[in-house]
Amino acid sequence: MGELRAYAALAGAQARSVFSYRASFLIELFSNVGATVFDVLSVLVLFRATDRVGGFTLPEALLMTSITSAGFALADFTVGNVDRLKVYVRAGTLDAVLVRPLGALPQLLLMDLPIRKLLRVVFGFGVLAVALRMNHIDWTPARVLLITVAPIAAAVFLSSIFVLSASLAFWWVDSGELGSAFTYGGRDFTSYPITVYGPLFRGLFAYALGFAFVSYQPALALLGRPDPLGLPAWAGFAAPFVACAAAVVAAVVWRTGIRHYRSTGS
Amino acid sequence: MVGKDASVLTISTVGPLRGSVTTFGALVGSGFRRYTTYRQATIAGTFTNIVFGYLRCYVLLAVAAGTVGGRPGGYAPDQLVTYVWLGQGLLSVVMLWGWAELAERIRTGDVAADLLRPVAPLTAYLAADLGRAAHGMLTRFIPPVVVGALCFPMRMPTRWQTVPLFLVSVLIAVVVSFGCRYLVNATAYWLQDARGPILLWTLGAGVLGGLYFPLRLLPESVAVTLWLATPLPSILQTPLDVAAERDGPALQLGLVALQLFWAVVLLVLAAVVQKRAERRLVVQGG
Repeated sequence: MGELRAYAALAGAQARSVFSYRASFLIELFSNVGATVFDVLSVLVLFRATDRVGGFTLPEALLMTSITSAGFALADFTVGNVDRLKVYVRAGTLDAVLVRPLGALPQLLLMDLPIRKLLRVVFGFGVLAVALRMNHIDWTPARVLLITVAPIAAAVFLSSIFVLSASLAFWWVDSGELGSAFTYGGRDFTSYPITVYGPLFRGLFAYALGFAFVSYQPALALLGRPDPLGLPAWAGFAAPFVACAAAVVAAVVWRTGIRHYRSTGS
Repeated sequence: MVGKDASVLTISTVGPLRGSVTTFGALVGSGFRRYTTYRQATIAGTFTNIVFGYLRCYVLLAVAAGTVGGRPGGYAPDQLVTYVWLGQGLLSVVMLWGWAELAERIRTGDVAADLLRPVAPLTAYLAADLGRAAHGMLTRFIPPVVVGALCFPMRMPTRWQTVPLFLVSVLIAVVVSFGCRYLVNATAYWLQDARGPILLWTLGAGVLGGLYFPLRLLPESVAVTLWLATPLPSILQTPLDVAAERDGPALQLGLVALQLFWAVVLLVLAAVVQKRAERRLVVQGG
């Protein structure tokens, strides 16, 4: 209980600091939505040139894009801050976090309350609603369950990727932009039907790392389309389990990383 | 080393022009050397550029495969490969993102030190940026292009003038990008905190500069408007179109001329803004 109150105090202090620079806050709020708007726009622009990409129509592809957008916006809102870890490790700010009697990860997340990313979550789910209406989905109880779970599973999976890429900083402080290849790269990868990628690249990202289960497999299960790549129909329903597995891996790596951390000293 | 080292101030005994050329050269050199120390970040960044190269390349090739005639936006598949991979290489040469140095120095008041130097800040930052770009051209440009050429059918230039014209276009693109970034950062003279404008720039420059998709995929009127009314396509799309030989020789040259126009406009504008800012600047910090 006392712990919760401490977190609430941290969040409250951040909120007050955010709202004291109102103009900056508004610009950041709208720029953040803009980023997701442009992601969706990119898909629309590509479909201007053709009516099928990788064997999928615009509504079908947009369903995948929107599950990713909603999931990514949610993940970025909740744990996106963690990618500042390399800054904290380099500057030694992490020491201050570790000496407090609270969890390191929640503190880091509350060090910069991302209210500016909130509108983007709303937009992400808005696009998902539009994409669902554009497709003719044969609603069964299983599919209703899947569509409620899929964006959250996507968010959990992508959050795990955020934490994993950030943990890299414990071992390699100068990892710079490397993590973006998997966080933002993962978002871009899952924004299109994975049939477009070459076999080796797809094998690595989609199956070895599990990105196929973020939006591609759930979308197929919702649409009732057989997978041209040969996975069975229930693969879409495996998404929450893959997300949980990713979260476990991320938690283990994070803990190992925290134990491995050596302060830069000052 | 007299006159060769940016950190040593000397009163030149040679003519004023030669003196300022030497100073400029020394600043370019120091910008180059500065980036040679970020070796690990260079490797990490290159890896990321290559991953995004694969992503964008496969997506655009899938679009081409679904297009009647296989030429979306007038690009043949091998031209799309050139567009994607050279784009991933150029991204860090023109440094579209992540330059907030000037804004940060204005916010902290460190900019006062820049104003005390005998070289105008705009000139000094431009020289350092050209040095950085030269380093980027050697380290960040080549790896993605080699990977792209090995894994995909990439179009090789068929006209003799394409390669020199591309290099000129890259040089101008760096200046255009620098001019835009300088102006965006200079808003901190008035706003103190330039995070908002920098964020808007980050957002707009990628999409409207032609990083995510070739701008020719947009309706023609939109693409032409972007090219003529904004400097953004001059940063990435123009050098990439020159390299991919998307247009005939005349239009190729015309696009570079348009780039040059924007480079001059932006540098003049940045100089004017800098001058006005200096007149009203109140240095932060104590």
